[in-house]
Amino acid sequence: MAHRHSAAKANHGTLLNNIIIQAEGLSKQIASPEGLLTILDDISFSMRRSETLAVVGASGSGKSTLLGLLAGLDTPTAGRVVLDGTDLNTLDEDGRSRWRAHRVGFVFQAFHLLPSLTALENVMLPLELALQQDPAGAARSALDRVGLAQRVGHYPYQLSGGEQQRVAIARAFAPRPRVLFADEPTGNLDRKTGAAVGNLLFALREEAGTTLVLVTHEETLADHCEQRLTLEMGRLLKS
Amino acid sequence: MFRMAWRQFKRDTRSGELRLATLALCLAVGSVTTVGFFIDRVRLAIDIQASALLAADLAVESPYPLPIAVGQRAAEIGLANSHTVVFRSVVAKGDKLKLVEVKAVDAAYPLRGRIETALDPSGFASHAESGPSAGNVWVEGPLLPLLGLKRGDTLVIGKSELAVAAILTLEPDRGGQLFNIAPRLMMHLDDVARTGLVSAGSRVTYRLLVAGDKQQLRAWRDWAEPLLGERARFIAVRDARRELRSTLERSEQFLTLAALTSVILAGVAIAMSARRFATRHLDSAAVMRCLGATQGLVLRVFAVELGILGILASLAGGALGYASQALLAEVLSFFAPGPLPLPSLWPLVSAGLTGFIALLGFALPPLIALKDVPPGRVLRRDVGRLRAPGIGVYCAAMLAVAALAPWQAGNVTLTLYVLGGALATVAVLAGAAWLMVRALARLRTRVGIAWRFGLANITRRAGGSVVQMVAIGLGIMVMLLLSLVQSDLVADWRASLKPQAPNHFIVNIQPHEVEAFKDFLKTKGRVEPALYPMVRGRLAAINGRPVKARDYRDPNVRRLAQRDFNLSWAAVPKADNRIVAGRWWESHAAATDQFSVETGIAEDLGIRLGDRLTYQIADQRVSARVSNLRTVDWESFTANFFVVAPPGLLDRLPATYMTSFYLPPGEKLLLHLIVERFPGVTVIDVAALMDNVRGIIDRASLSMQSVFVFTVIAAILVLIATIQSTHDERRAESALLKTLGASSLRIVQGLTAEFLALGLVAGLLGAAAATLVAYVLAVAVFDFDYRFNPWLVPIGLVAGGISVALVGVLATRSSLRDPPIATLRKS
Repeated sequence: MAHRHSAAKANHGTLLNNIIIQAEGLSKQIASPEGLLTILDDISFSMRRSETLAVVGASGSGKSTLLGLLAGLDTPTAGRVVLDGTDLNTLDEDGRSRWRAHRVGFVFQAFHLLPSLTALENVMLPLELALQQDPAGAARSALDRVGLAQRVGHYPYQLSGGEQQRVAIARAFAPRPRVLFADEPTGNLDRKTGAAVGNLLFALREEAGTTLVLVTHEETLADHCEQRLTLEMGRLLKS
Repeated sequence: MFRMAWRQFKRDTRSGELRLATLALCLAVGSVTTVGFFIDRVRLAIDIQASALLAADLAVESPYPLPIAVGQRAAEIGLANSHTVVFRSVVAKGDKLKLVEVKAVDAAYPLRGRIETALDPSGFASHAESGPSAGNVWVEGPLLPLLGLKRGDTLVIGKSELAVAAILTLEPDRGGQLFNIAPRLMMHLDDVARTGLVSAGSRVTYRLLVAGDKQQLRAWRDWAEPLLGERARFIAVRDARRELRSTLERSEQFLTLAALTSVILAGVAIAMSARRFATRHLDSAAVMRCLGATQGLVLRVFAVELGILGILASLAGGALGYASQALLAEVLSFFAPGPLPLPSLWPLVSAGLTGFIALLGFALPPLIALKDVPPGRVLRRDVGRLRAPGIGVYCAAMLAVAALAPWQAGNVTLTLYVLGGALATVAVLAGAAWLMVRALARLRTRVGIAWRFGLANITRRAGGSVVQMVAIGLGIMVMLLLSLVQSDLVADWRASLKPQAPNHFIVNIQPHEVEAFKDFLKTKGRVEPALYPMVRGRLAAINGRPVKARDYRDPNVRRLAQRDFNLSWAAVPKADNRIVAGRWWESHAAATDQFSVETGIAEDLGIRLGDRLTYQIADQRVSARVSNLRTVDWESFTANFFVVAPPGLLDRLPATYMTSFYLPPGEKLLLHLIVERFPGVTVIDVAALMDNVRGIIDRASLSMQSVFVFTVIAAILVLIATIQSTHDERRAESALLKTLGASSLRIVQGLTAEFLALGLVAGLLGAAAATLVAYVLAVAVFDFDYRFNPWLVPIGLVAGGISVALVGVLATRSSLRDPPIATLRKS
């Protein structure tokens, strides 16, 4: 369950060990021709292990920025993120990369498969980066799990959108991450394929017990999540 | 439409879309301009240095006084001019007489080069602005002991008496007829009339020297030619000395090669940036099409935008080129003394044109592809991808360059070889690169993550990788070729003009003096010199048919046909002569009626192997068959003869002997001792002349090294351009890899693996191609003996691997800088 900061404080003692994401006063500003632009403003919340959270809001409300900060893909202007007990502010760019290799998985709207690698090689990549044993075997079974056992040697351009996203999901789950960040995972897919991919995502999450942070427009997908954060103009609406 | 293109140009400039294309074109034009300017300046410098050997840029020579109008006309159109008169006369000091060659000069002499004089024969020589003033003469050192003369004495020349004011140590145009000359005496032109020695019928050579702007010179020559009689002839710088001619030609060939290479490299860089430009404009082309633009309009808009880019980048490139050549010239002047002349503006025009033609040739193909973008791309970005331009497209672009290359190079044969070589190389490289890419694909299952990522990148961008390998391979080929050909070229020159090459000739040694002369030199601690017999004769008939000047078209050959030759005899050919047709005679041959003829003069006069030549020598006729033709290394400055006979044929004819030897500077005293002991001989000092030639070679080879460095920089720029063309993809990939947990080090390892593999393959291919092209160039163009260089492949591999890995990683480093979210969101 996601907790507003005040709630987290109240249950401090019992929840602390179980908290995997803790955002404290997160703000993000960027320079623009019109001056400083505030994209996120003082966001605080925390999540416990194995919880699922949907981040919803209109376009430009700061959803993806928040996801980027939570995953350490970007640094906040103010505030901090403690992810699985580590304050991301204490790590540099490379430190955050290495840290992610062991703990975090991603699924993107644009799939972001490496075009030069086959489906199998794409799934192997995070396993190898995390120095796991037998990356090829693990990658094969992950692809098998998403129903692409027959397509391991295919390149991204040889796969449909839905298939590419399934490869991306296999890639995300293969290293058994503690947290999975998904940014509009069905945004580039038709309704039917999107639904199938969404179901697959939640089924795999259920099996692995992974904490999921999902940014989405899709109400049906958001409804799958236990909790929901709504952003408006970079601020958290009470839910 | 123009406004639309202009708006798009401004937009693209603001957003940085055009930065790379502009930079590439700028550098392309800049490099061509620099090389062009520089070559122009070096050519001018070499010409000027060579002009020094003529004391002018152009001379006209006649046995009769030249029409006054000819000189006046030169002055009118702003050409510097000077008159000289050369004749022979006996001069007297007391009861001593000596034949001298008098040269009378006006105050303007010399127009090029310098005169140096000294106060006594072993004294320090200093530069003189012009010749002796009226009433004074300057004489060459060897004349002093012959006449018991010292500075300040009076000499009787014809009806006048003139004072010896200085010792003449250097005269720019002293070359010419090496073996006919008596010691030089220089006087003022105004004194000639007073001597009474020059009248109608005397043997006099009148020369008008001119110097100035090339076009004016041509105009003047065209104007003057019809006014001059048949006996007058023009002497251009190139005719001044045979030794210099091949030096000049080779240096121009080489500089041309460097210029051509730059053009091709520039084209590759332009192709790369144009492709990137087109790729980045796929979306805007699709949107334009979607909003109703026709294919033609899309094409025109991009073509005009390209045109605007071309103009602006060419201007900037031209400025860049001008600045960098100025810098280069500064640096060069540090090594080679004497300022380089300012360049003409012609290279700017030619580089601009080159830039434009290359821009069209290389940049248009991907832009034409833009018009084919389907409007449907606005809905699905994966449709309407830009086709990888086939090798054929680049061949077409090469042809575009080929179209302008002969004009740029001014040497069609060399151009054809270079372009043919380039096209063949591109084809072979492309085929080989394709095979290598396939081979690398197999390798990737057996290597670690960094190498797999690197090799996967090469395999996935197979088309792009082939293009990169070809471009880099071509660059490496050029680097190897330039260093190889250049070092061979310079080595060849140096070898032809050894520091100890003979710098003095002694002629007119009488047969009875030969032994005494040898002994004399031996006692003075010199090695015994080789003495060559010399007989003077005129070619009277070829195969019984009389030789007449009017049978030949070329005025130089006409003169040759009338002139006395120096013939010699020898049992064995000289070491620097090479028999190219027929056979040299056996040393004990019974048949003595043979001639060996130098190929150049045989060609000029139409003499073939087996022809029977008849020479008029004194009052006798000698006839013999041409049994062989031989080449002579005139650049060696050793004694050589156009026509040589076996011993026995000419021995009974009146002969003198000559020799050449090396005399270190500071040992000039020996010359005086020789002249004192053998008053009849003539000493000819060519040390100054040789220094001049050596200076030209030094400067030319130095400039080549500079141009070579520049070409290497151009090749590296091409490499950067090729890497830049994949910049966006790499950025996205790096961001993704970081997101997935790869450290910067890991990503750099992957990139290093990719570029190292690319560089190694390109280096291997480049080395193989360089070997092939060097062979063709050596054998067919430069006329060197080809030596296989076993170091080429290792050097190619190391140079390719290291340079590509280094430049590649440095150029892609910026893709690692951004936080991953920024890049991921963009894509």
